[in-house]
Amino acid sequence: MNSTPPSKHARSGPVADRIFGWVAKSCAFLTLGLLIAILTSLTVNAWPAIAKYGFSFLASTVWDPVQEEFGGFVMIYGTLATSVIALVIAVPVSFGIALFLTELSPSWLKRPLGTAIELLAAVPSIVYGMWGLLVFGPVLAQYVQMPLQAAFAGVPYLGMLVSGPPVGIGLLSAGIILAIMIIPFIAAVMRDVFEVTPHLLKESAYGLGATTWEVVSKVVLPYTKTGVIGGIMLGLGRAIGETMAVTFVIGNFNQLDSLSLFQAANSITSALANEFAEAGEGLHQAALMYLGLVLFFITFVILTLSKLLLSQLRKSEGAKT
Amino acid sequence: MKFAVHYSGLVAVASLLSFGAVQAQEITGAGASFPAPIYAKWASDYNKATGVKVNYQSIGSGGGIKQIDSKTVDFGASDMPQTDDVLKSKGQVQFPAVIGGTVPVINVKGIAPGQMKLDGQTLGDIYLGKITRWNDPALKALNPGLALPDAAIAPVRRADGSGTTFNFTNYLSRVHPEWKAKVGEGTAVNWPVGAGGKGNEGVSAFVNRLPNSIGYVEYSYVKQNKMTYTQMKNRDGVFVSPDDEAFKAAAAGADWNKSFYQLITDQPGKKTWPITTATFILMHAKQDKPANASEVLKFFNWAFVNGGKSASELDYVPMPADVVATIQKSWGEIKDPAGKAVSFK
Repeated sequence: MNSTPPSKHARSGPVADRIFGWVAKSCAFLTLGLLIAILTSLTVNAWPAIAKYGFSFLASTVWDPVQEEFGGFVMIYGTLATSVIALVIAVPVSFGIALFLTELSPSWLKRPLGTAIELLAAVPSIVYGMWGLLVFGPVLAQYVQMPLQAAFAGVPYLGMLVSGPPVGIGLLSAGIILAIMIIPFIAAVMRDVFEVTPHLLKESAYGLGATTWEVVSKVVLPYTKTGVIGGIMLGLGRAIGETMAVTFVIGNFNQLDSLSLFQAANSITSALANEFAEAGEGLHQAALMYLGLVLFFITFVILTLSKLLLSQLRKSEGAKT
Repeated sequence: MKFAVHYSGLVAVASLLSFGAVQAQEITGAGASFPAPIYAKWASDYNKATGVKVNYQSIGSGGGIKQIDSKTVDFGASDMPQTDDVLKSKGQVQFPAVIGGTVPVINVKGIAPGQMKLDGQTLGDIYLGKITRWNDPALKALNPGLALPDAAIAPVRRADGSGTTFNFTNYLSRVHPEWKAKVGEGTAVNWPVGAGGKGNEGVSAFVNRLPNSIGYVEYSYVKQNKMTYTQMKNRDGVFVSPDDEAFKAAAAGADWNKSFYQLITDQPGKKTWPITTATFILMHAKQDKPANASEVLKFFNWAFVNGGKSASELDYVPMPADVVATIQKSWGEIKDPAGKAVSFK
């Protein structure tokens, strides 16, 4: 707005400039086109299921490929529940990591720790899945689930929350594995944005006698909240879309007969990965496509909500000053 | 100058493309994952013997059927045979390629491979959630000499759609009326109980790790992982252990002359393993590319003649000789646009 437009002479550059402009523009439009194409093909392929079930698909818990009866509630619940568990664990831990790395850590430790976190982000998801199935699952069953079940046996609500076969497979293990997978992403983003907080501001606060916690909560966090929320959203996006690791540890069970955290369950991505290859033409495939569309929609809603949250934050900031 | 650079780039691309086109001796197939290891082995041996490249993509039976319908591959592969009516309406033919078996495996302390005896009724009850403990009277009646623990049964099954699941549920549907009514058969079904493992390896990992569990896997996994298999009561009332002979006996009982639509679960015969299946190849009867079709038939003909040994090594059962003769006769239906049968010799 404020910048004056460049002079005519500068704009009419050589042909290469204009070609570059077109290429850049078409790249940008390509993304938009791809998005629309994906959405259209998903809708078209899901249409038989949409036409048959409408929105009742979202609330029905029956998934029976033999009788061709499909409802997506179990998978949608599984996706949301595992992602929430993952965030509940990952956000505080990532915050702690970022806080330690930027404010408390001795400088000789910063680099190796930072590299270790970045390396964790590079581990392929199937490795987390296999580790979860073969190592973490049994440990969780032996040392967490069985003691909890013994302690809460007969207690009305708590007992139900921890019921289920002592396998170490289910919502909770999937959520924890997801948390481990998204911690490096959130922590890395948080560390990077914490680091860009101007030293002048922080040192002024310290100079006024603020504690580390006061500096972080009153100076660093307000200054970096956009980045922090962006990092959390990045993690949430990864958790919702993660397939391979979840498939290994969630149990892939399409019934919802209890709210237990240890009950085997299913997620949208896991159902898609497992059933798509062998799904027959017709309603089964259309129902899977419908699930894909729902996942697309969930991601879209989360993205919108995070944008709304940010703009809300900005507004309240304006009110204060 | 600039033009010259661009031009030489184009020439390089064009020459690359044409090089790809020259390599003609290549056929592609796609579908079932259950026979993928043996198809891959045959393909590599065949390539050494003849120079023809067979490219098989293990994408699942559903995918294989879709790909052959849209003619993007030279042959499709499916664990579920197609009914004759469906084949007719699509203008396709099918033939069985190799036989395999599905085997229940357990992990119960103190019970060795082959000691536990099961029948269709108890197996179905376990997977319906009606038999929930190992010391259930029905299991005790089948296994009078075994010390069965007072422990909950943890049923494990496949999470992904698979031919193994189809084979297993098809067997249960044939021998267990309640199973047929409540669950039915398919590559993926609405399981009333149990945790799902991904792939045969997922199920065997679950069963090996989980005390008091039961699962079902392809025979080769039982052999390679030395798992505790159970004996099964077959249609003739005899308890049999799974092995090549028992699978062969099941295949011999089917009437392949009438139609290749044969589900060979619960077949008669004293030595027969009841949960046996064949896996199938799908091709179009009227070929747009008869040269490729001919190569496909030559490949499978070679495999039927020379591939028996490698099939046995990988714990598959090759098709019996008389069935191979029937299959070769059936290839007469695959014709080029002029109406002449495509040669497989």
